[in-house]
Amino acid sequence: MATKRKQRMIFVIVLISGFAAATALALFAFEKNLLYFYSPSQLSEAEVTEDQLFRLGGLVVEGSVARMPDGITTQFALTDMQGQVQVQYTGLLPDLFREGQGIVAQGRLNAEGLFVAQEVLAKHDENYMPPEVAEALKAAGGEHPVSIPKTTVE
Amino acid sequence: MIPEIGHFALVMALCLAIAQASIPLIGASTNNANWMAVGRSTAIGQFLFLLLAFVCLAYSFVVNDFSVLYVANNSNTALPIYYRISAVWGAHEGSLLLWVLALAGWGFAVAIFSRSLPQDLLARVLSVMGMISIGFLLFTLATSNPFDRLFPAALQGRDLNPLLQDPGLVIHPPMLYMGYVGFSVAFAFAIAALISGEMDSAWVRWSRPWANLAWVFLTIGIALGSWWAYQELGWGGWWFWDPVENASFMPWLAGTALIHSLAVTEKRSTFKSWTILLSIIVFSLSLLGTFLVRSGVLVSVHSFASDPARGVYILGFLALVVGGSLTLYAWRAMRFSSTSQYEIVSKETMLLVNNVLLIVAMLTILIGTLYPLFEDALGMPKSSVGAPYFDAVFVPLMLPLIFMMALGPVAKWRRENLGELLNRLKVLAVIAIVVGAVLPLAIYGNNTVMTGIGIAAAAWVILSSIYAVARLVSKRDAKTPLLKAYAKVPKAMYGMLLAHFGMGIFIIGVVFTSSFSDQVEQAVKVGEKVSVAGYDFILEGVGPVKGPNYDAMRGSVRVEKSEQLLTTLLPEKRIYNVQRNAMTEASIYTGVFADLYVALGEPVTQDKWGLRVYYRPFIQWIWMGCLLMSLGGIVGALDRRYRAQRKTKPVSA
Repeated sequence: MATKRKQRMIFVIVLISGFAAATALALFAFEKNLLYFYSPSQLSEAEVTEDQLFRLGGLVVEGSVARMPDGITTQFALTDMQGQVQVQYTGLLPDLFREGQGIVAQGRLNAEGLFVAQEVLAKHDENYMPPEVAEALKAAGGEHPVSIPKTTVE
Repeated sequence: MIPEIGHFALVMALCLAIAQASIPLIGASTNNANWMAVGRSTAIGQFLFLLLAFVCLAYSFVVNDFSVLYVANNSNTALPIYYRISAVWGAHEGSLLLWVLALAGWGFAVAIFSRSLPQDLLARVLSVMGMISIGFLLFTLATSNPFDRLFPAALQGRDLNPLLQDPGLVIHPPMLYMGYVGFSVAFAFAIAALISGEMDSAWVRWSRPWANLAWVFLTIGIALGSWWAYQELGWGGWWFWDPVENASFMPWLAGTALIHSLAVTEKRSTFKSWTILLSIIVFSLSLLGTFLVRSGVLVSVHSFASDPARGVYILGFLALVVGGSLTLYAWRAMRFSSTSQYEIVSKETMLLVNNVLLIVAMLTILIGTLYPLFEDALGMPKSSVGAPYFDAVFVPLMLPLIFMMALGPVAKWRRENLGELLNRLKVLAVIAIVVGAVLPLAIYGNNTVMTGIGIAAAAWVILSSIYAVARLVSKRDAKTPLLKAYAKVPKAMYGMLLAHFGMGIFIIGVVFTSSFSDQVEQAVKVGEKVSVAGYDFILEGVGPVKGPNYDAMRGSVRVEKSEQLLTTLLPEKRIYNVQRNAMTEASIYTGVFADLYVALGEPVTQDKWGLRVYYRPFIQWIWMGCLLMSLGGIVGALDRRYRAQRKTKPVSA
């Protein structure tokens, strides 16, 4: 059955070329878009270039939040109880951003060692701690209020 | 008492599910009609008991029974009644109950509407659905019982997460679950075919409308989720490539492949084992999605609170379902041989390309979504891929798919002459390219290569779906009146073309929104104005307002276009009384051609507030497109040939 074989050939060729194209695309895109996550203490050891986009997670240091004169830029410090990094963000902060809260910021480190965030993520649940932050805190050996289950009722 | 009835109903449903899973299956293999008939009654019974459980939980919410832990955690006396009802599925336990209720609902529908289905097939389908039910009911009862009591009872509840207090979220989860779970029917049909080793044309005609409907629900569910995120998350975006979104998008892509592959299997009786494999894949992805959302293994903006035990259970169940069905597939799928043949240029091949592209796109998303998990397992440094990865991979894969969307519907089965086909479409291609080049320029006075390609692609899809109908009608013989010719076009054809048309509308929305959006975030004094995209936004004042269960600061923003008052937007910053969460409630002016979106930030000084203003052109077209796609799916499922069969075949009890 020549046609049968031909048919199967079509099937296989289409399948393989599709997957090959996708693999190439995915690999290429991965290379360019991989976002590393660092905690403040890891950052001091990591080799981060100035134009490298990455994520930084930790707790917002109490009393460190300061608003710049333009009214929309905020500076604050992030900590994992071991290291500390100054972060600057221009824009409205998420609703749950507050001192002592675990957050993840995405951005770049500038030449002065200031982390310029393009995006600040805080989870919409007051007990929530981003898993990476919780883990980084654990690795750094700090005490931290990891997500308390919502079983206690006021 | 009521919660106990609900709990009891859950247990009864589990017992019935066990009966439904086992008895009809044995009946089908021993050809015992009575045993097979058990499938229908147990499916109906299971649904009724789950409905009872659901009503009990809803009742506990309505009467504020805070002796039920789940109610105490997710409701409050100050919560408006409609949110008290939607709070039933506002957190893990209740949404799981909704999941099993939806599953039982589909089983119920199959039992009711498939009276003329061959008895052994129906028995096997219901049995497979019963097995899935067992898995989820056990999960609910063992790890997530929504009826657990709280002793002593709380005086007041902890309130529903403020983010979930939105009309979009009242209907989003039910729709999404109906979609997820709906694919269990196609899955059950596939497993039944594997067990019996039979897969005739009747099988396809039966499973096709079910797959279509599940796809419709999933489409609506995802669209509503996106709409909710746009309204509530305050970022002015409609899709974030968030793991939870990806979790619903992957079964959608595979489901789209499935409904196309089913078309080939029905019309040409080929692609049989591929269709079976897709049915298994789609439902597995639905389960994977449930796992990702429930277990909290992935960082996401809107996943529920996590519990490792739950994650392990669903992972185990997932492994069992996927492993079991793939083993069965490997063992039996070879039986299904194709009876028809096709050439390299044919509708079959085009649909094959469609399927490969969709599945490949799904896989790239799967890799991107699960990558952090692999890394975690390998102990590598933590990292993730965000929107740039998905954009970079997804868009190049969709362009050829969109190109094919015009070719497929007008191509012939078996063999097509490529030159002739392209010749037929060349005028459309020229028009599409002109539209792509000119339309953005005409509206925005600006165009880029990517925008132009996007709009040309949308025009290509829209024009070709209109052309496909016109072509069918033009083939009528001279005597047939025009209207009759239109009526003669099968509904399935209209449905498909309507869905394709909707895709075109969707693409227009996506392209214009991503190309011509504009935004400003700045601190604004009362009386000052901000200009975005030719609109002036004047902050007139900010004052306190009181809601049923929150206090808010409400800004009043006058929107003008060339000094003409357009509207006044009232964005709020709410503090919910119970959870003390701040919530940004954006105010949106919805227009056909653009949305204006204002969110209120923090006060900088007493009369100076952070303000976020977005201009989002054509964003509503995104959801309109999704709606049209769903409509297409419904029209397709209503095609006469699926119903005609029901009438002509004798009813076998």
